[in-house]
Amino acid sequence: MIDKRFDSPAEVVADICDGATIMIGGFGEAGSPIELIHALIDLGAKNLTVVNNNTGSGHVGLAALIENRQVSKMICSFPRTANSTVFPDLYQVGEIELELVPQGTLAERIRAGGAGVPAFYTATSVGTELAEGKEIRNFEGRDYVLEYGLKSDFALIKCEQADRYGNLIYNKTARNFSPIMAMAAETTIAQAGACVEAGELDPEVIITPGLFVNRIVTVADPARESRLVAEGRRYP
Amino acid sequence: MSTQSNSLEKQVGWNREEMAKRAALDIHDGAYVNLGIGIPEKVVQYVPEGREVIYHTENGLLGMGEAPAPGEEDSELINAGKKMVTAIPGAAYFHHADSFAMIRGGHIDICVLGAMQVAENGDLANWSTGAKDAIPAVGGAMDLVAGVKTIYIITQHCTKAGEPKLVESCSYPLTGQKVVKRIYTDLAVIDISTDGFKLIELAPGIDFDTVRDQTGARLIDGRT
Repeated sequence: MIDKRFDSPAEVVADICDGATIMIGGFGEAGSPIELIHALIDLGAKNLTVVNNNTGSGHVGLAALIENRQVSKMICSFPRTANSTVFPDLYQVGEIELELVPQGTLAERIRAGGAGVPAFYTATSVGTELAEGKEIRNFEGRDYVLEYGLKSDFALIKCEQADRYGNLIYNKTARNFSPIMAMAAETTIAQAGACVEAGELDPEVIITPGLFVNRIVTVADPARESRLVAEGRRYP
Repeated sequence: MSTQSNSLEKQVGWNREEMAKRAALDIHDGAYVNLGIGIPEKVVQYVPEGREVIYHTENGLLGMGEAPAPGEEDSELINAGKKMVTAIPGAAYFHHADSFAMIRGGHIDICVLGAMQVAENGDLANWSTGAKDAIPAVGGAMDLVAGVKTIYIITQHCTKAGEPKLVESCSYPLTGQKVVKRIYTDLAVIDISTDGFKLIELAPGIDFDTVRDQTGARLIDGRT
């Protein structure tokens, strides 16, 4: 019998070890799996490489993971955000590494990684400093830059509903990177607002098919990052 | 010089609202449009009556609507600037790879962005000043200029310090090469032509010589 449901965030992240590469879903706070990130802070795994569009805000969620000095490298497109001071402060003193990737190239690298495509060419960034040192090839009269697919050991994502097979549906723009990260990770861990029996989700509306998902934990009333930041909360 | 319009005096130049309003005239009926953060966001308010335009936001929504009414905000329904928005009837959600396939694949008709500098060949710099102590952040700007069919720029003609933003070649790091089609400033509407900057329309109370003096490269008078 297949049942990917677990009881607690602590259980689903327990085997994340030092040096792991982790994709974390979310665009700003929308889709950020804040309870899974906090469980990872409790676990304490260090020297992590984290893939996310941003670097978190305030002193909770991804920003708190960075502030707890568990992240040695960020791969992202936009590391500055309102209320984001943790990453900028560490970056300016050389305490954290940054690989800056254009947002669409980041998304396609993740998609390619999950789809078994090792590399691809894109026109994005041609002629800019982000293409320096990369292979350029001309197709039909236009230059393109070679970019590599991106895979990870784990993905931490948030969804609206899951079933016990790991089929997922999302909520509005909280979907963002999560479906492609689920494809690109060796082990995908989802926190779900609700978990239902197989058959309860309409197969026509499932966004992430269950084979891309390994573990599910129900977080019925997830924290809202902006609310925690407004309240001046810190984690731990 | 002041470019603010004032009802008591003769209008000189366009203010931010008027720049957005002028750009909106060039958004055609049926267009799929992506708007950058800042003045470009204002274009929504000024698209002429009778034109139906669908707004794309790169974090996964086609059919972005207006700001939500108080009490209707949803932190999982946001735009690329991470502001809370609404979705119109007929909107669609999708993941990031699909969203950028729309952009990179040439399916978005028009993108309106801000600029730090535009060069006479259409090169755009709008993501970094190149300062050593800055935190580099590019977001989706390079994908948009590489993939969207038509790139419009709304910007002040000069910096606050009075330096021209329309230049022979950009000194700031590029966002893309030869990507800009048209620029709307507080002084004029200027096309990127094969011969460089080509003025096609003056703002009220502005003459050609004024625009030429504030442009850091050759300016052709393209008014017909």
